[in-house]
Amino acid sequence: MKSKVNLKVLMAAGVMGLGASHGALAQDTIKIGSVLSVTGPSSFLGEPEDKTLRIYVDKINAAGGVGGKKIELVIYDDGGDANKARTFATRLIEDDEVIAMVGGTTTGSTMAMIPVFEDAKIPFISLAGAIEVIDPVRKFVFKTPHTDKMACEKIFEDLKKRNLTKIGMISGTDGFGASMRAQCVKVAPNYGMQILIDESYGPRDSDMTAQLTKIKNTAGVQAVVNPGFGQGPAIVTRNYAQLGMTNIPFYQSHGVASKSFIDLAGAAAEGVRLPAAALLVGDKLPENDPQKKVVTDYKQAYESATKQPVSTFGGHAYDGLFLLVEAMKRANSTDPQKIRDEIEKTKGFVGTGGIVNMSATDHLGLDLSAFRMLEIKGGDWNLVASGS
Amino acid sequence: MRALISQRLIILAVLALVIAVLPFVFPSSYYFRVASLVWVSALAAIGLNILMGQAGQVSLGHAAFFGIGAYAVAIGPAHFGIPSWAALLLGAVLSAVLAYLVGRPILRLKGHYLAIATLGLGVLMALVITTESGWTGGPDGMPVERLSLFGWRVSGSYTWYWVTGGLLLLGTWIALNLDDTPTGRAFRALHDSEVAAQVVGVDVARFKLQAFVIAAVYASFAGSALAFMNGFINPDQAGFIHSVELVTIVVLGGLGSVVGSIVGAAVLVTLPQALTVFHEYEHLLLGLIIIVSMIFMRNGIVPSLSALLSQRGRS
Repeated sequence: MKSKVNLKVLMAAGVMGLGASHGALAQDTIKIGSVLSVTGPSSFLGEPEDKTLRIYVDKINAAGGVGGKKIELVIYDDGGDANKARTFATRLIEDDEVIAMVGGTTTGSTMAMIPVFEDAKIPFISLAGAIEVIDPVRKFVFKTPHTDKMACEKIFEDLKKRNLTKIGMISGTDGFGASMRAQCVKVAPNYGMQILIDESYGPRDSDMTAQLTKIKNTAGVQAVVNPGFGQGPAIVTRNYAQLGMTNIPFYQSHGVASKSFIDLAGAAAEGVRLPAAALLVGDKLPENDPQKKVVTDYKQAYESATKQPVSTFGGHAYDGLFLLVEAMKRANSTDPQKIRDEIEKTKGFVGTGGIVNMSATDHLGLDLSAFRMLEIKGGDWNLVASGS
Repeated sequence: MRALISQRLIILAVLALVIAVLPFVFPSSYYFRVASLVWVSALAAIGLNILMGQAGQVSLGHAAFFGIGAYAVAIGPAHFGIPSWAALLLGAVLSAVLAYLVGRPILRLKGHYLAIATLGLGVLMALVITTESGWTGGPDGMPVERLSLFGWRVSGSYTWYWVTGGLLLLGTWIALNLDDTPTGRAFRALHDSEVAAQVVGVDVARFKLQAFVIAAVYASFAGSALAFMNGFINPDQAGFIHSVELVTIVVLGGLGSVVGSIVGAAVLVTLPQALTVFHEYEHLLLGLIIIVSMIFMRNGIVPSLSALLSQRGRS
């Protein structure tokens, strides 16, 4: 009797794997896939990305689609789990048969998915930050967000202008913080920067006074740089003010480029500088700025559709989607290989993150001008005039 | 006795049959990938079930051993030039040694204390993997060299389906046999009553330790298999959430039931895939299904169903 039960249960378990529905494959649509961290610890990145893709795919379809064909968007939520992301990537290719992918919220999930897309020869435009995504260059992998290396360079460029060369660093040990810290240490000598002290904190730590006191007591520190994202940098900023260190210039990274950082850090954020995309200061950009129209339009579209403040992360998804759409229009085809070739040929594409010029050796296509140096004044972002 | 043996054989035969037949109904290699994930999770869960279901000890840090196995095959070839298959064995040995060393003191603890101690072990391991980025690639993870055996490069969802399926069969066979050895009987005695077991001469500490080491080796092999299969590994696999997932599989499927672990893994791995249709309600439904099955099948899916069916059969 008992063995019979086992058999039944096992069969049920096996059949369960087939439960996932098989979407009908319409010939007159273009299937684009996406795997995003809509829930989980990276949801503050994934959620705006998810909304942006949905808003703009609807807009594109309402305007007649691409080359007369409507876009069908398939989005899966990996919950921030790289292993799940990889399974969904396989599903997008094998089961949904997408012709391109815009997604991959975190570097971890992107790196896990890269082999799947490379093997299947399907273009993959990643929304993750770290430079490993595109360095070394992989044939089918592109990305839209600025790299952490560029953020370090932008900060060091600004420090150099201010004649500050001796710095202290305090970094988060999360993926973003650790990766950016490594890049900063690597490029520091190019800008004549000397890192006198290098501290770190865990992503869930609630007090960083100990590390900051050490930095404060290190003789000769002229400025402090804090690579990190999430809540950590806001706590560091608060502690920084509590320890009366505000006379030492303090730099945050593009990882905190959202309004919630100013809300969390409060008055302590005054005077903090950070590199960020033009999107954050769209209304403050001069009229002749080439990105002005794109960023104000995106901000307006996003905020009116979601009733939530715009963030640069959603902007990355916007850039990724339109890089792909433009490439499909130029290729006049839905052949993944041809689309890939056209993405690589992108020149002068104006996105929310900057002006993109791709090449066979550069699958990001942004330069330092894509970053604006901002300073927080009066609880808002302000452009730092060049030369100050 | 005879009935016992044949029952074991039937379970193995059915499992082998399921593994052999499924490919005929799979429409694409995505299904092979999901099935392979089920086999891997099931393998880790069967090991944990020996500790939890048979020896009655809780481990909330079991993903630590999964992580050791996974990172052994990633770090061994990349930093030391050890062949992948040797790194796989090395990972298992490392897991066993760590389980032995750590298990000796912490298995003297009881109840909540043991749970907390294993939890601490798991968190520590995840912390080490995350911070030692020079070795492990840090929080973003690191690539894993493909396994090659005698010049044969093991890759692709299809191949891994068979490899992981084979591993699961082997793991199931060992676990089923263990049940019927003096060690297995000692484990069950421990589970029922530690005091009684001690009175009849079972060396409680030693058997607990044995169960812990066996469970660690199972997890290590499962971790290595997943790392090879993905060609990439990150600290999530060694993290607390993954430990909880493994415990959930064991409890959901049924404590002490080998088949239960496989069924639990199948449910927990395939359900999120099937529920993507509901998009926003995915997590809600997943939670609901688990809660409902735990309320109505308190002993786990397999023991509850088999009790129900044998009751029906009798009446």
